[in-house]
Amino acid sequence: MPKYWVSGETSVDVDNAPDANVVHFNVDGKEVAVSGGQTIYEALQRMPGIAEIPALCYHPAIQPYGACRLCTVEISEDGGKSFRFVASCLYEVKEGMLVKTNTDKIRKLRKGIIELLLARCPNTKIIQELAEEYGVDKPRFSLGDHNCILCGLCVRACQEIIGKSAISLVNRGIYKEVAAPFYAYELGEGCIGCGDCAFVCPTGAITMGGNGKPVLPKVKIPYAEIGAMMSRETQTASRE
Amino acid sequence: MVEQVKKLLDKRLKSIPELEQLRQSIISDRDAGRITVSVCGGTGCRALGAEDVVDAFSEEIEKKELAVKIEFKETGCHGFCERGPVVVVGPQKIFYQHVKPEDVPEIIDVTVLGGKIVKRLLYTDPITNDEIPYEADVPFYKRQTRLILGSNGEIDPTDIEQYVAAGGYSALTKVLTGMSPEQVIGEITKSGLRGRGGGGFPTGRKWQSCRVVKNDVKYVLCNADEGDPGAYQDRSILEGNPHSVLEGMIIGAYAIGSHQGYVYVRNEYPLAVEHARTAIEQAMEYGLLGENILGSGFDFKLTINKGGGAFVCGESSALIASLEGKIGEPKAKYVHMAERGLWDKPSLLNNVKTWANVPLIINKGADWYSKIGTAGSKGTMVFSLVGKINNTGLVEVPMGVTLREMIFEIGGGIPNGKKFKAVQTGGPSGGCIPEYLLDTPVDFDELTKLGSMMGSGGMIVMDEDNCMVDVARYFIEFLKGESCGKCTPCREGLSKLSEILDRITHGQGRPEDLDTMTDLAEVLSSGALCALGRTAANPVLSTIRYFKDEYMAHIINKKCPAHVCRELITYSIDAEKCTGCGACARACSTKAISGEKKQPHVINQGMCIKCSACFDACKFDAVTRS
Repeated sequence: MPKYWVSGETSVDVDNAPDANVVHFNVDGKEVAVSGGQTIYEALQRMPGIAEIPALCYHPAIQPYGACRLCTVEISEDGGKSFRFVASCLYEVKEGMLVKTNTDKIRKLRKGIIELLLARCPNTKIIQELAEEYGVDKPRFSLGDHNCILCGLCVRACQEIIGKSAISLVNRGIYKEVAAPFYAYELGEGCIGCGDCAFVCPTGAITMGGNGKPVLPKVKIPYAEIGAMMSRETQTASRE
Repeated sequence: MVEQVKKLLDKRLKSIPELEQLRQSIISDRDAGRITVSVCGGTGCRALGAEDVVDAFSEEIEKKELAVKIEFKETGCHGFCERGPVVVVGPQKIFYQHVKPEDVPEIIDVTVLGGKIVKRLLYTDPITNDEIPYEADVPFYKRQTRLILGSNGEIDPTDIEQYVAAGGYSALTKVLTGMSPEQVIGEITKSGLRGRGGGGFPTGRKWQSCRVVKNDVKYVLCNADEGDPGAYQDRSILEGNPHSVLEGMIIGAYAIGSHQGYVYVRNEYPLAVEHARTAIEQAMEYGLLGENILGSGFDFKLTINKGGGAFVCGESSALIASLEGKIGEPKAKYVHMAERGLWDKPSLLNNVKTWANVPLIINKGADWYSKIGTAGSKGTMVFSLVGKINNTGLVEVPMGVTLREMIFEIGGGIPNGKKFKAVQTGGPSGGCIPEYLLDTPVDFDELTKLGSMMGSGGMIVMDEDNCMVDVARYFIEFLKGESCGKCTPCREGLSKLSEILDRITHGQGRPEDLDTMTDLAEVLSSGALCALGRTAANPVLSTIRYFKDEYMAHIINKKCPAHVCRELITYSIDAEKCTGCGACARACSTKAISGEKKQPHVINQGMCIKCSACFDACKFDAVTRS
């Protein structure tokens, strides 16, 4: 008889489940039951016997985002005929599904993602630890000097929990970074100095400064520099 | 009096018979044997000066007072962009190519008034050297099945009456008079139509899944955010025949029970935006959009939303985010948009071409439609055939035509006697297909098997002068710039792929690079958040699969066989062929070439910047590159 797991850690017989909305599924060969409406990651997070699923952009108090992709697992909804990769932080548990959390394919994918993160943030402790766990020796790529992995937790915490939106992710793609509005050097009145951003940051890229406001990761294009660039261009144009 | 004028100006059609009456009256007002002159106003022809040709015609027609005698119109794209500006004189459809404003008086005098053909403006078959007077006989058109593009050359897209006269909105009347929503969906399902935006999902099933969701508010969306380099068919359909898309959307809305739709179109397509807007306004005016359409009691409104030009916004969840006014970033699609799409309401999103297919299927029936194409892919597909090809343009063929037919028969082969090397299908995330696979029939499943995809229908032809490593580098560079940066595999992975490809094309490739790139490709395809990232490695994987020798030449021998990658080319002068004319030395901007007059010259390799100026300047083939 499958166990009904209450909040991940303790279990009761499924017949005694306090919840009418029970979802039964198979995880790594084990039949389990949990209450429906939660994601795979939430359901499995602290379930004994399940290898820890790494995640960097997840926080229980904040809406899942699916950016770091480390929590990727394999699922099958056709009784095991075909499996596909999904981000477990976003995928809700479904009746009868099969979940694999720690196959060679998954470990290889996570290893690949960690190698990329380590190349971006070679000096970040949590990434180094993950790299060690997954056997990433040294990235095969050029190294960056970031601390921020752009998981967006700080931005989302500021928006969702505090309701301030004092910081945001600006630019797109490889130019994306966390910054104050309009690339201001200092956070203005929008920031109440609650420190939530620093608290949720998984890599320690945000710290609290002496003025009671957070210190954000260094941005690549500070606003003042854009200004200088533009005025240089104007000068060149006027000379021509 | 005011009321009477208002009544006269009110074009609103209040019932289905009124639309049929309008159609009959437009047709009967026309003289069946009248002369028509249509100038292609598509993007390609405009770039080649079609607007001046239009002006010249208008002037000439006014001067000679021919306005009543001939019907002159600027139409949408005729497809044969290579030969633009294109002018077609009806009713017999004489095809004139490369028309300049100064040719216009002659066309008017000789063809329109004199009934004769201006021979010098005709298309000449490059193989037989025959002059071909009629459009239907031009080989480029002859082998096509132009179901979607066919009307483009016939109607003025800014005039709804021309669409109506050509049978437009008859599919809508058919639906409104006797088909239940279920019947409409049944017909689309039976036709076998698959989404033309790239995914190839069965359209009928998509509609059905949106139909069954109970909600008072549902949205119908059109994806016109075509952003692939070299693809412009969606643009041309929206520019040339916007009502066909509108009609499809109205039918789709009726089928799923929606009353509001959006056309998401790139702002970089100003003409498409303008024509779609005009079409919506006119359809409103004629009672084909808005409340109580044709007196049927069915309401549907359409709004245009201009996209900011982000490639990723062609991805459905990013498109929806952008429509909602949020940052155009994809979300995981674990909940189908048929259940929760735009503003969390059930939404039905289809590509421009998919919508344009709908009236056709309704009018001619699913049985007729499903006879066209292959077992798994029905109907026709519109491709934009570009790159190293003689007949650049938009091509519409039944699914299942081989790549070889498309490139060598319709496309007229490779210019300048060069050798074909590869064709890239499916846009930047598609793959490069080599010569020996050219007999593959083109449909959704076959292209996927080859490691490429149908995508939105882009087809870029490459010849022996294209370096496949450089091609992969170009597409990865493009995708790197267009990645939204949300998920790690896409943002970091593409950046590293691009770094490696850059190194290889600069002569700094390492033997392990191919394995590293294959590993990265796997992280992208299984780990990325959206389809952009998951397919982004295709250009690398397909070029490694089919052109591994070129990678090896770059990495091991430090040579670029196609002579594209500058750092890998060495220029030298063949002393036996060199006449000592000095042309190369004069062309050299770094003064790397020296030599006495009438004596063989020499290149100082240390000073050579490999700009190829000497190679181009030498008339005696004495400058060689390796």
